[in-house]
Amino acid sequence: MSPGTRIERRFQALKREGRGGLVTFITAGDPDFDTCREILLGLPAAGADFIELGMPFSDPMADGPTIQASSQRALRHGATLGRTLELVEEFRRMDAETPIILMGYYNPIYIFGVAAFLARAKAVGVDGLIIVDLPPEEEVELCLPAREAGISFIFLAAPTTGEERLKRVLEGASGFVYYVSVTGITGTKSAAADEVAVAVDRLRRHTDLPIAVGFGIKTPDQAAAVARVADAAVVGSALVETVVQNLDGTGAARPGLAAAAHAFVGDLADGVRRARNERSGQ
Amino acid sequence: METLNTYRGGPDESGRYGIFGGRFVAETLMPLLLELERAYDEAMSDPAFTAEFDRQLTQYAGRPSPLTFARRLTEHLGGARVYFKREDLNHTGAHKINNCLGQALLAQRMGKRRVIAETGAGQHGVATATVCALFDIPCTVYMGAVDIERQAPNVFRMKMLGAEVRPVTSGSATLKDAMNEALRDWVASVETTYYLIGSVAGPHPYPAMVRDFQEVIGNEVRQQMNEIEGRLPDTLVACVGGGSNAMGLFHPFLDEADVRIIGVEAAGHGIETGEHAATLTQGRPGVLHGARSYLLQDADGQVIEAHSISAGLDYPGVGPEHSWLKDAGRVEYVSVTDDEALEAFQLCTRLEGIIPALESAHAVAHVIRMAGGLKSDNLLVLCMSGRGDKDLDTVAGRLGMSL
Repeated sequence: MSPGTRIERRFQALKREGRGGLVTFITAGDPDFDTCREILLGLPAAGADFIELGMPFSDPMADGPTIQASSQRALRHGATLGRTLELVEEFRRMDAETPIILMGYYNPIYIFGVAAFLARAKAVGVDGLIIVDLPPEEEVELCLPAREAGISFIFLAAPTTGEERLKRVLEGASGFVYYVSVTGITGTKSAAADEVAVAVDRLRRHTDLPIAVGFGIKTPDQAAAVARVADAAVVGSALVETVVQNLDGTGAARPGLAAAAHAFVGDLADGVRRARNERSGQ
Repeated sequence: METLNTYRGGPDESGRYGIFGGRFVAETLMPLLLELERAYDEAMSDPAFTAEFDRQLTQYAGRPSPLTFARRLTEHLGGARVYFKREDLNHTGAHKINNCLGQALLAQRMGKRRVIAETGAGQHGVATATVCALFDIPCTVYMGAVDIERQAPNVFRMKMLGAEVRPVTSGSATLKDAMNEALRDWVASVETTYYLIGSVAGPHPYPAMVRDFQEVIGNEVRQQMNEIEGRLPDTLVACVGGGSNAMGLFHPFLDEADVRIIGVEAAGHGIETGEHAATLTQGRPGVLHGARSYLLQDADGQVIEAHSISAGLDYPGVGPEHSWLKDAGRVEYVSVTDDEALEAFQLCTRLEGIIPALESAHAVAHVIRMAGGLKSDNLLVLCMSGRGDKDLDTVAGRLGMSL
């Protein structure tokens, strides 16, 4: 095993392959714990290069209706931060290399206790954190302690983040930079491919960290377009949507839900891999 | 406990009041919050801006609002001399207009072409829709579907004033969800849109800014009480949801050590039932809507739905400065149930000919509880934060009557 973090190793491997990566987002415990585990464990084989696992929160203020509803489903089925960490622990037993990034809001971590959370997250094999409501201004809360604990704290950059501020944001960043490609909430608008390219260029002038692009990427073609210019494409709401489509009238998972999710991830992965040739042909 | 030189020094540069406050928001919003802070600081040091604010408060909102001696209530309770600070007599019927005029002027100054707001009882929505009509700014108000149901007259008012009222059905469909939805709108429209927050809540600089625009309440009380009684009041009482009328009344008196200050939260069906909105007395510190403050939440840090008969108090959070004042021991916080507030609503109406908002009725209820135990020279000021016309349906329903 080469040195560095799992996140670094995965981006290095992608670079060698000459392609961008696929980051898939699911909400921990959605629609229920067992179905979610089945989806999660099958994601690497389906083609996910990185996994973002959403930590459900009652008030996800930066999320659109799809991810709001997925959090609600998970919470109704007893999801907690402790259970989310259990999912990671189970995943790590079968996969030692696929990076897992926990994504969510600060309050459940704050209530769990920052030190206790970081110790447990490190022990079960969490690689990174994306906390939507912790901008660099609040770095003492979790960013600095996480770095101390050896967990990457991934900052978001948005279209509204100007040049001066970008320097500040990137100063504390580790792992990779998550570019929020639209001014808005998750799963709604999509950015035009050329806008993404311009934005990624702007970020590259400021950082050597890999750049993942998310918000509004819904189809294999859109994922491919992003993977041509960025280091990874993040697909969240569209994948969660496949969960929704495979619920019965009572909201319970229908048989084959996980397989449907994996098939969609497979399509996305094909798209991202198709983009390889064009990328290496540049 | 550490004794502070001043309780009026907050927030610090990072928007904190002790451990409370801060800017817990998505990166998309951060640049705008920084811009807002700059614009606000500039505006407040521009005499033309503050003069215009004062002019609007006087000529449009109808300030100063009177300080009314509640003679019959005082006689009935047989203790403190009870005064009402009459925010119910402001244009639009509540203290909310003070803050809305200030922020609308700021929005104009910043060149924002659209205003959004959240509302619980509808008072802040009406006040926002009103100033947007006055200044000709398109306005969208987010309001929980449950609140739309129980505050129909205010919904109609907002529509007549030209605002778009967007029902919010997510979560508990009340104030906290309306605020989530307003934040989602803002994240998507931040370059053109001004978010006019109605309470001393949200990320820095909102809690400080809203407090400053509401401080006129306490400043007037200080002057009026001096004119009437020749001295400062002894006791201040105000209801606390997010806590803006309370901060407005309390803030000018925080460093007057002899002034006892009490905030009244909603105990809903009763603290013991778990269905209440008594954030400061029953919650613990957490992070919601951009700030750390006391919060009603479960063991996993999920926010619990609040309950109160009063839509304006039905919020699981509270302004961060209140959290700090609680921990600093400067302000006492107590709670009053739905039933106690309803009793107070009726008593106040019968004795004083003043129909209080259900929010303000919570403060009245606590005054009923405590005034008899105070000496007859104790000068007590209750913030009558709003008028109760909007609540007649709710009250009639609870009393088994129909309108």
